Amino acid sequence: MAEPRIVVAPAAFDVAGEIARLTEGRQDVGGIGCFIGTVRAESQGRAIVAMTLEHYPGMTEAALAGIAAEASARWPLLGCTLIHRVGRLLPGEAIVLVLATSAHRQAALDATGFLIDWLKTGAPFWKKEHFADGDAIWVEARETDAAQAARWR
Amino acid sequence: MSEQPLRILYFAWLRERVGRAEETIAFAPEVASVAGLLAHLRARGEGHARAFAATAQVRAAVNQVFASPETALHPGDEVAFFPPVTGG
Repeated sequence: MAEPRIVVAPAAFDVAGEIARLTEGRQDVGGIGCFIGTVRAESQGRAIVAMTLEHYPGMTEAALAGIAAEASARWPLLGCTLIHRVGRLLPGEAIVLVLATSAHRQAALDATGFLIDWLKTGAPFWKKEHFADGDAIWVEARETDAAQAARWR
Repeated sequence: MSEQPLRILYFAWLRERVGRAEETIAFAPEVASVAGLLAHLRARGEGHARAFAATAQVRAAVNQVFASPETALHPGDEVAFFPPVTGG
């Protein structure tokens, strides 16, 4: 696999541009798996006005590189991109992008699922939700995310 | 010559409760493991006590790799404490 592209930054990402980076100049790609996570306006029945993403600079990039390496060891990937935004985000904004390319669709789709499941439980990011009344709470880790990641073991 | 201190980092609600993002702690035999350091930090002040009250909700990394309570510490290590991760 080509060197994975890993970006952790506040800036919005350009999905078409990111796909083009993985496919430009090559004809061996048969499928591109894509997952985009976005900020919902609601959490447990309460309206959210914003979300803040904190991370551990240095460890985050290393953890994402490790997850990408694991995916490429399991599936015949041609390329992969992991972009995670940090800082203050608004409902409707994209927060995370996972792309995986392979000669065939199944590897691309499975690797994409694996990458987002492992990213959710294995990379040092923390979400804080801000409510209309000024209240803000740190999101608690969900058992379902751990179970989702564990099914790839 | 004195040994290099431990560099401690806090994230998310641990950072808020401790009241700072980082600090240094002199290296000593009682802080030579993650669990030992955690017990030492908990006794350091009111904010620290509040941050480390729910031990089951505290995760750690040593030199930017996920660690367990048994993980050994050495002079100059970077040790981070944080809640379970919630990215994606």
